[in-house]
Amino acid sequence: MMKRRSFVQASLALGTLGSSLSMVGCATTGNVPAKAKVVVIGGGYGGATAAKYVRMLSNYQIDVVLVEPNENFISCPVSNLVIGGSKTMGDITTPYDNLRGKHGVIHARDMVSRIDAAKKTVTLAGGATIGYDKLIVSPGIDMMWSSIEGLQTASAAGQILQAWKAGPETVALRRQLEDMPDGGVYAIAVPLAPYRCPPGPYERASQVASYFKKAKPKSKVLILDANPDVTSKGPLFKKFWAENYAGMLEFRGNHKAVAVDARSKTIKFETSDDVKADVLNVLPNMSAGAIAMQSGLANVNNRWCNVDYLTFESTAAKDVHVIGDSVLAAPLMPKSGHMANSHGKVVAAAVVAQLSGMDVNPQPLLTNTCYSFVNDKLVVHVASVHQYVAAEKTFKTVAGSGGVSAAPNELEGIYAWNWAQNIWADTLL
Amino acid sequence: MRLKTQLVVAVLSGIAATAAGAATPQETIKLHQRALAATCANCHGTEGRTTDGSAIPSLAGMPRDYMVTQMKAFREGTRPATVMHQITKGLTNQQIESVSTYFSSLKR
Repeated sequence: MMKRRSFVQASLALGTLGSSLSMVGCATTGNVPAKAKVVVIGGGYGGATAAKYVRMLSNYQIDVVLVEPNENFISCPVSNLVIGGSKTMGDITTPYDNLRGKHGVIHARDMVSRIDAAKKTVTLAGGATIGYDKLIVSPGIDMMWSSIEGLQTASAAGQILQAWKAGPETVALRRQLEDMPDGGVYAIAVPLAPYRCPPGPYERASQVASYFKKAKPKSKVLILDANPDVTSKGPLFKKFWAENYAGMLEFRGNHKAVAVDARSKTIKFETSDDVKADVLNVLPNMSAGAIAMQSGLANVNNRWCNVDYLTFESTAAKDVHVIGDSVLAAPLMPKSGHMANSHGKVVAAAVVAQLSGMDVNPQPLLTNTCYSFVNDKLVVHVASVHQYVAAEKTFKTVAGSGGVSAAPNELEGIYAWNWAQNIWADTLL
Repeated sequence: MRLKTQLVVAVLSGIAATAAGAATPQETIKLHQRALAATCANCHGTEGRTTDGSAIPSLAGMPRDYMVTQMKAFREGTRPATVMHQITKGLTNQQIESVSTYFSSLKR
């Protein structure tokens, strides 16, 4: 063991040449160290990317511990196709092994229970404490259960699901749809923006309608949206629905859910009449992930995390950087997996620069591309480019850039699936 | 010969990064360039290498002038695209040249 550790240290000291050697050493290191230069909380699109890119951009000289309880990454993007039945959980699952084996990231399979920003330590649920020079917090979103009365209990009992974090609930929601008799109603309640994945509810409704059209043609899909209109790619979705799911899929805006009753399968709204459905998929308001909420990092309305966008350093704690869905979004910045991956690279470059005595990149750039499947083959996208504007200390979309598809098309269906393969590899392999 | 060069580079970069504040301007420029090029990797793969059989092309090893020309053609609408015309409209000439220089320097 000692030999292996010194071997790792020796190869780390060799820098680039040592990179391939150090990977071998770290691949078998299961113990959590007492100190790491960089600790990353959360292995989603943001955190896993940040962990990998800190290693890569430092030429494998900066050690990284990724604290993530799961053995495998399960992708939220494309998970609606599992609900629609055209993809499986296996299709959207990637192991974390390569971050360790190929990039020398130390994977601590645990949760962080406490951040001590003054002492610069994190405490794991399992009891271990890890010191850090830089902490990157990427905990995704948490559900604000209190926004819809009765939902937390109904969710815990598996009666009214969200399936807004891909995993067991994705499978459970699919099963509810399979069990529903033909002629039944599936209803998805959409919270007020901002929430994770703006086009996600509409893609999901499209997937369910696509499934019903083939397997349960007398059934209905209801979108009950707290927002006045479709939040993302509205004209594209609505045109496709009218041409393909007329009489089956119905959109109702200004439907802000305030309560659910699991027994009678009813959703109550702030101003509209109650709605009953056979399968209820109710999304409450969302906030920054739990550890960000508990650590005082969610300093905007006790909901989102304010950061210095140049480095994604929290405005609440020094040397703590927050990325991904938990961040207070800059103008027109979506809460998406692609965007979280982009955050991961900006924060990685900033942290590597700061730890190596270099200037931070004064002009970081973010891109975003979100593909949505309107059935099992046809896809629409929205794309944007976000440039850091020093004078305003925020990211702004570049005038004239970005846009959406002209119409749903099969070519983008191919690109969407290839996008998924490539971003999973970019994040995890 | 190549191994010797790699060794020298590795040792030099190791020395630079271990001595705090001693990073060279070239290393800083390189880091910023790699970070910019990483914005392409979401779709085009880490270091511009896509997964096997990807319909989205790899960028690693693409000749610099060819890549600059293609990016500008997307931007001007002379090469049709699904997404790239919208992305390239958000990039400056300097950013296009920087990422093209970077990917052309990588092995396929």
